[in-house]
Amino acid sequence: MSLDKATVARVATLARIKVPDADLERMAGELQGIMSWIEQLSEVDTKDVAPMSSVVGHVLSQRADVVADGGRADAVTSCAPERVQLGDGAFFVVPKVIE
Amino acid sequence: MSALTDLTIAEARAGLAAKRFSARELAAAHVEAMERAKDLNAYITPTPDKALEMAARSDARLAAGQAGALEGIPLAIKDLFCTEGTRTTAASRILDGFVPPYESTVTSRLWDAGAVMLGKTNLDEFAMGSSNMTSAFGGVKNPWKRRGDARDLVPGGSSGGSAAAVAARIAMGATATDTGGSIRQPAAFCGVVGIKPTYGRCSRWGIVAFASSLDQAGPIARDVRDTAIMLGAMAGHDAKDSTSVPRAVPDYEAALGRGVKGLRFGIPREYMLDGMPAEIARLWEQGIAWLREAGAEPVEISLPHTKYALPAYYIVAPAEASSNLARYDGVRFGTRVAGNSIEELYENTRGAGFGAEVRRRILIGTYVLSAGYYDAYYLKAQKVRALIARDFDEAYAKCDVVLTPTAPSAAFAMGEKMDDPVAMYLNDVFTVTVNLAGLPGISLPAGLSSDGLPLGLQLIGRAFDEETLFAASHVLERAAGFSARPGA
Repeated sequence: MSLDKATVARVATLARIKVPDADLERMAGELQGIMSWIEQLSEVDTKDVAPMSSVVGHVLSQRADVVADGGRADAVTSCAPERVQLGDGAFFVVPKVIE
Repeated sequence: MSALTDLTIAEARAGLAAKRFSARELAAAHVEAMERAKDLNAYITPTPDKALEMAARSDARLAAGQAGALEGIPLAIKDLFCTEGTRTTAASRILDGFVPPYESTVTSRLWDAGAVMLGKTNLDEFAMGSSNMTSAFGGVKNPWKRRGDARDLVPGGSSGGSAAAVAARIAMGATATDTGGSIRQPAAFCGVVGIKPTYGRCSRWGIVAFASSLDQAGPIARDVRDTAIMLGAMAGHDAKDSTSVPRAVPDYEAALGRGVKGLRFGIPREYMLDGMPAEIARLWEQGIAWLREAGAEPVEISLPHTKYALPAYYIVAPAEASSNLARYDGVRFGTRVAGNSIEELYENTRGAGFGAEVRRRILIGTYVLSAGYYDAYYLKAQKVRALIARDFDEAYAKCDVVLTPTAPSAAFAMGEKMDDPVAMYLNDVFTVTVNLAGLPGISLPAGLSSDGLPLGLQLIGRAFDEETLFAASHVLERAAGFSARPGA
């Protein structure tokens, strides 16, 4: 397996992180180093082993399906880099998404 | 009487109850000391005014006979815990300007118990690191230095600011979090005590998430009793965190006096690494002797999958981080770097807002979760994780607690180990298994290296058996009689 420049660029797009072209080579080297160190896991026989799904065997609890919180648009938008107040509502502002 | 900043939490509690000093005097002494120790860079955001205000309210409650378990005790808060009205950065530029409109459950519990906030402490960005060098606010200086060597050392990480603040007497105790060793390794590097409780003991609600199946909050303080007092206030079920466990919180402080007579403690042969510094091996031997002299019985155990813990961790933790950190998008809070489309806004914001190590881990996480690789990496790692947990289950049929060194070295110099990510990751070789298995672990200072730096021993317990950790570490603490201080 090799992590080349093209793979790093593809993964960076999936992760929505802008990586300058000039950095791709170096990052590919770093990530390749980490991934080849991780490869040693292939030595472990995990046939018939169930993947861990809960750390301490804790069973998630159930609760009533009711609204227990909400109506806090002002608090929710209080740290937005750009927000707008329209009538009673507070909104996040983003670049136009619909053409 | 010694300086107010030298007192332990238990001593301060007694002094406040006896009215030998006020909570305001105690807070003011710490605020002054913080000012003098600014150079350490332990705090990102000191909150002196808030400290004095909270202390005044503590004095009123003390006078009214309504003191809580931590009434008037000045604490530092790792800047990963959201604090209402006080900016919270996770040591990242991407959270620029974020002032949470809510309080984390753990800190709420501390304030309900009467504690006083001194400020928010520095950490590795998003708690990803073992040196505090990845902080967007600069590294923290360890208050300890090698004998005859003026170079600044790292305090460990990620809770480096918390550990350094407690060691430097600019906080009586501090909150911290531990995903792969981030409480225990900095505690060891700074000569203080830190406990990561069992996964589920403390609510994760309101703590900036790194890897949700591994993250757990815990205290750092100057002795074992103080960590027991703090954990008692921090722990407990919270309906807002579905993984917090509905179990009663025992009286941890009461467990300190239990002793270790008849206790079986395991020595895992896989932890005797090739090339382990002789002084770490010697300290471990010394720990075995101390427990044996106190009536406990050593048992050799095997944890055969230890070697695979770090590689498994570097799949699980980045995978979960890549998902958790998807929320930093430049829309709802924090930094925004403009773009022509929403995709460009996301990419520009995240490219500029995350530091190198965070970017690296998000990319690894995205890669191992991407189409076609899930089974080969994440699923494989979760299987290896099950085997690591099984190793401990089998060991606990033969012993009650496990004794190991905390870290493979003492504190290193700022700037060292920065070129090779894997070399930095190896810092957590003795601590990371505990997170993968969800178990509790405590580190306490047990001796000094040949050049005068603190070294830690770690005890690992059964799930939800923090009491045995407190009992056994209290015995080790008394035997070690660790009284060295930084800058002495």
